[in-house]
Amino acid sequence: MTEARIAGRRSAGAKTLAEKVWEDHIVRKGEGTGDAAQPDLLYIDLHLIHEVTSPQAFEGLRLAGRPLRRPDLTIATEDHNTPTLAIDKPIADLTSRTQIEKLRENCREFGVRLHSLGDANQGIVHIIGPQLGLTQPGMTVVCGDSHTSTHGAFGALAMGIGTSEVEHVMATQTLPLKPFKTMSINVEGTLRPGVSSKDIILAVIAKIGTGGGQGYVLEYRGSAIRALSMEARMTICNMSIEAGARAGMVAPDETTFEFLKGRPHAPQDADWDAAVDYWKTLGTDDGATFDAAVDLDADTLEPFVTWGTNPGQGVSLSGSVPSPEDFGDENAKAAAERALAYMDLAAGTPMKDIRVDTVFLGSCTNSRVEDLRAAADIIRGRTKDPKIRMLVVPGSARVRLDAEAEGLDKVFMDFGAEWRFAGCSMCLGMNPDQLAPGERCASTSNRNFEGRQGKGGRTHLVSPVVAAATAVRGTLSSPSDLPPRSEPDTGSPLADPALLGQPAESPYAESTVS
Amino acid sequence: MEKFTTHTGIGVPLRQSNVDTDQIIPAVYLKRITRTGFEDALFSSWRKNPEFILNQKPFDAGSVLVAGADFGTGSSREHAVWALKDYGFKAVLSSRFADIFRGNSGKQGLLAAELAQDDIELIWKVLENAPGTEITVDLDSKTVHCGSVVAPFSIDDYTRWRLLEGLDDIGLTLRHEEDITAFEATRPAFKPTTLPART
Repeated sequence: MTEARIAGRRSAGAKTLAEKVWEDHIVRKGEGTGDAAQPDLLYIDLHLIHEVTSPQAFEGLRLAGRPLRRPDLTIATEDHNTPTLAIDKPIADLTSRTQIEKLRENCREFGVRLHSLGDANQGIVHIIGPQLGLTQPGMTVVCGDSHTSTHGAFGALAMGIGTSEVEHVMATQTLPLKPFKTMSINVEGTLRPGVSSKDIILAVIAKIGTGGGQGYVLEYRGSAIRALSMEARMTICNMSIEAGARAGMVAPDETTFEFLKGRPHAPQDADWDAAVDYWKTLGTDDGATFDAAVDLDADTLEPFVTWGTNPGQGVSLSGSVPSPEDFGDENAKAAAERALAYMDLAAGTPMKDIRVDTVFLGSCTNSRVEDLRAAADIIRGRTKDPKIRMLVVPGSARVRLDAEAEGLDKVFMDFGAEWRFAGCSMCLGMNPDQLAPGERCASTSNRNFEGRQGKGGRTHLVSPVVAAATAVRGTLSSPSDLPPRSEPDTGSPLADPALLGQPAESPYAESTVS
Repeated sequence: MEKFTTHTGIGVPLRQSNVDTDQIIPAVYLKRITRTGFEDALFSSWRKNPEFILNQKPFDAGSVLVAGADFGTGSSREHAVWALKDYGFKAVLSSRFADIFRGNSGKQGLLAAELAQDDIELIWKVLENAPGTEITVDLDSKTVHCGSVVAPFSIDDYTRWRLLEGLDDIGLTLRHEEDITAFEATRPAFKPTTLPART
């Protein structure tokens, strides 16, 4: 019944996933057509909030005397500037502390559910939505953060927005949006061992460029995508924005349903059946057309790494630093010259000869338990390069607890890595986790912009297993470059957690929200 | 929002593509909780270099930024628009803007005008040969005048109308509040709510 009612909103004809979700949320169709068309007014199912892009929006509501329309479709957490050490102490940085306190005040005043530092459900905003089961197929999800595209892995239309739009959603639970074009990213074949979804998305961005997705919603399709876990799909959708796309999506399937079933906010009983019936209507119809299409071969894909200062400046890890002369376009040539100077790299240098100082395993791109597990599998029984500093920052407090239950914390700490508390951390260096000027980092995050991880810091974007292998060798490395282990591999996850003894007492409180 | 019809001011050539929002305003400035006062934050890393264009007269008094392709990529931070506005910029010209940046500009009355890359190159030459040349951006006729260069620009009609009229988006949407309420009545029961909290 419900399914028919929602689907009844849709116009006739074969449609893509993105078009269906769009049509199912039109509150009011914009008048006019083509360039003169007014935007459609779209209903927003879930609004995620954090401390950095919300204070000015709350202030706007207050000044206009407007209420927050749907606190029950809104959830907040603290992630961008929170410390990853000593979370039980007041935040040392005064401006960070003020911003966090402002969020707490605002959430109290407007009745918004908040997961604060120290709460077992605190974490990076794009980790906690899926973890709580709040992100579901066919939803519209927004957040004042460009990596909101992550939630598209569930077949949701999920977009990053600016603070004015945050205020707009708070006040109206809608957004006026112009329809996007659609692009199919078709990835066929089977990934080889040591190659992951991070390599797929880095290769896609290198192929279409940082502006290649501009104006599009990307849909990732094909046998290689279908074979991926939800975590791996989230990694891909997360970086859609780095190709300039407003959103990236994967059609929901059994993998999606399996991930959601039993999560705290997943539908239950009859609602579950109705939801699944609806979710099954969302996939792109046979015969639907995309405005653009890109193909990628998974069989031949190698681990990928960036050499420059935007995510499109990447090569296979087995390749070399390119020369500006390799670029035909004058602007690309100038950009490459500038990037090589900033990164202090010489053209022709094999990527695997590049020595790094720091390895960062974390961020909304790659900080879920699966990512930590994959990295732990590489380092277990191996020795860290003594000069490398390695930070492991779980995406959420829950991820940290789950990882500890598997003994992954012990694997990282035995290796010599730092096991931190959850947050955005060194991905953008708003908290004390930053690179020093000139420091070089292999990072599982999403942006290698100048100064992103700390002023003067140099970033190479990599997958979790490449990050781990790099921590062993000290130079950018793939797992296949590693020497045999110094002791037998005990397998993963550790077979019997009881053998590890009881985990240390948890610093987390169970949720205190009402 | 203030109405925008036409603006004339000194053009600033920024010969660089892929100017991401981390460059426009580094994350360290995002801890502020106000909406104004970001002028010191604009391009703060680059401004430490005395040769950077905004450290040179007369460009330091510029109000029309002429940038390379893919301006405003990366983070969604609206602070990038606030910093440009607080510094005194009224318009940015580029051959391609990142979607979120363009949207944020439209909400804040900063004109993001899309020109052909060839026209951007011509304007760069004029500004470099005659520093201090003023650019006139006319939103009504969608044209840019800079020295002898007259170039058309594009902007979507809806944003143009809102800028010309100085209209507030939230106010416009709330005119249709009945539609929102009617839509809400049809939302299926299986859609999740954040409250009451389940963990």
